Amino acid sequence: MPAIAARGLVKTYGKQRALDGLTIEVPEGTVFGLLGPNGAGKSTTIKILTTLTAPDSGTAHVVGHDVTRNPGRVRLAIGCVSQKISVDPWATGRENLVLHGGLYGMRPRDLRRRADELLERFDLKAAADRLTRTYSGGMQRKLDVAMGLIHRPKVLFLDEPTTGLDPEARAAMWTEIAALSRDEGLTILLTTHYLEEADKLASTLAIVDRGRVVALGTPEGLKSELRGDAVQVELAEAGDAMRAQRALERLTTEITAAGRSLRARADDGAAAVPAVLAALDAAGVAVLSVTVARPSLDDVYLRHAGRVFEEVAA
Amino acid sequence: MSTITARPEPMVRGQFVRHAGYFMTRGLRALLRQPMFVVITLIQPMIWLLLFGQLFRRIVELPGFGAGDYLDFLLPGVLIMTALFSSGWSGAAFVDDMERGIMDRVLTTPVRRGALITGSILHNAIVYVVQACIVLVTAWLMGATIGPGVLLALVAAILMVAGFASLSNAIALLARTTEALIGATQLLVLPLMFLSSTMMAEQVMPGWIATVAAYNPVNWAVVAAREAMAGTVDWLHLGLLAALTLLLGFASTRAFRAYNRSL
Repeated sequence: MPAIAARGLVKTYGKQRALDGLTIEVPEGTVFGLLGPNGAGKSTTIKILTTLTAPDSGTAHVVGHDVTRNPGRVRLAIGCVSQKISVDPWATGRENLVLHGGLYGMRPRDLRRRADELLERFDLKAAADRLTRTYSGGMQRKLDVAMGLIHRPKVLFLDEPTTGLDPEARAAMWTEIAALSRDEGLTILLTTHYLEEADKLASTLAIVDRGRVVALGTPEGLKSELRGDAVQVELAEAGDAMRAQRALERLTTEITAAGRSLRARADDGAAAVPAVLAALDAAGVAVLSVTVARPSLDDVYLRHAGRVFEEVAA
Repeated sequence: MSTITARPEPMVRGQFVRHAGYFMTRGLRALLRQPMFVVITLIQPMIWLLLFGQLFRRIVELPGFGAGDYLDFLLPGVLIMTALFSSGWSGAAFVDDMERGIMDRVLTTPVRRGALITGSILHNAIVYVVQACIVLVTAWLMGATIGPGVLLALVAAILMVAGFASLSNAIALLARTTEALIGATQLLVLPLMFLSSTMMAEQVMPGWIATVAAYNPVNWAVVAAREAMAGTVDWLHLGLLAALTLLLGFASTRAFRAYNRSL
């Protein structure tokens, strides 16, 4: 039985179709990444799976229970960490944890022990009895995740867990998340618009665009689906893009242009560079830089969604 | 569109009271940690008594007003007014929680929605009792007569607190912004107060206001409290208030469904 199974989810807000037949299946004990730009439907998917809202059509099961028919069962089994840090600023870290755990019906003694354990694990012990409004963003985020774990859930939902964190806090959070799935056998559904994050944490990845899954696989598998290396050319003049594209047609494949930058694929990127430069020179196109990279998730996204990731994410 | 209903599960069944207690404690704790709010909360009810007590002191001299001392007449009114002003803001805590994402986090737990409302009502009721004590002590120092009937007057006021806090919470869940909540509360509180015998005896009101007042729950509470202070039990108005409070409590619990649908 998969930990999460969503089939054909549709959700519209007014005229906006947030989800358009989204289907995913997450095996127990894995980290599943939903990757896509803002507005792709990631958060809506999480809201449905965590029983906050109902889909217009489609079904969703979490740990075997239907989210609309049996939300109580689902709620007992899941932990949720939303996009926004949601801790009570007028309560201490410990009070936040204990109140939240109490809502799951945990026994007071077990609850106290579990709160201590999590405060220790997330390195919040020294700050445990301070009001959380005095915490840094990184500390609040850690408490946020700790609250999601207080009742030992089977499935943890992390909606953009590192958005708004500085690079150091982000790296620390990645280490924590990786450890959670490894040590506790927790199933994690993670949404992110950071390609690096998805690459690092998720064992299976679904690329979401306009409310549907456009690609599914392991990060490695998705990357190896792309033939060859990514070649990126920065042109001096955006007006040259068309000419440059034509000049490269025989040397590379999958050429796309966006403003002054051109992306293409070549079987052996390093070897292709001199030929690319020569061809552009012959066509009279001035070049600022040429870079060659192993395929990244960025390229995967570009290929499946037909757009460059950063542009939509911005 | 299907709706998500909240059926309690075995593990959290029978935890309603415990959960309501959590939310009550949380609200009181947050209040006590903000001394500025505590001061405002405590001073405001005194202002009504002192201000209106002085301003309208000679109103009893109006022919047909029917009360000997204005302070004695005003005191039950101020008790109800304090209930109204204090609980009208109840929804603000809900809006804060929505804005901070705390509401959504709580709604992903198996907690009963009614426990959230009940916790909020208990919190408001406790704050109110403290405020009422300040009003009563101030009034007593000013020479008001206070008998054992005051306890029943407090019952009427607490019913008012429960009903109005529920209404405020329901508005918060439906409107979801502080601005809308403030607007709606302002729109309700002042007219409800002036269309009642809070400050003015029914005998000297314009006829149409007296008619409206007969259907105004705030007036039911004021009349019941005034009767109680005078030593009689006004079963009709107390009963109407209790029924309305239950209705509003139920409606605010249902308002969570509308909130969920809007997510």
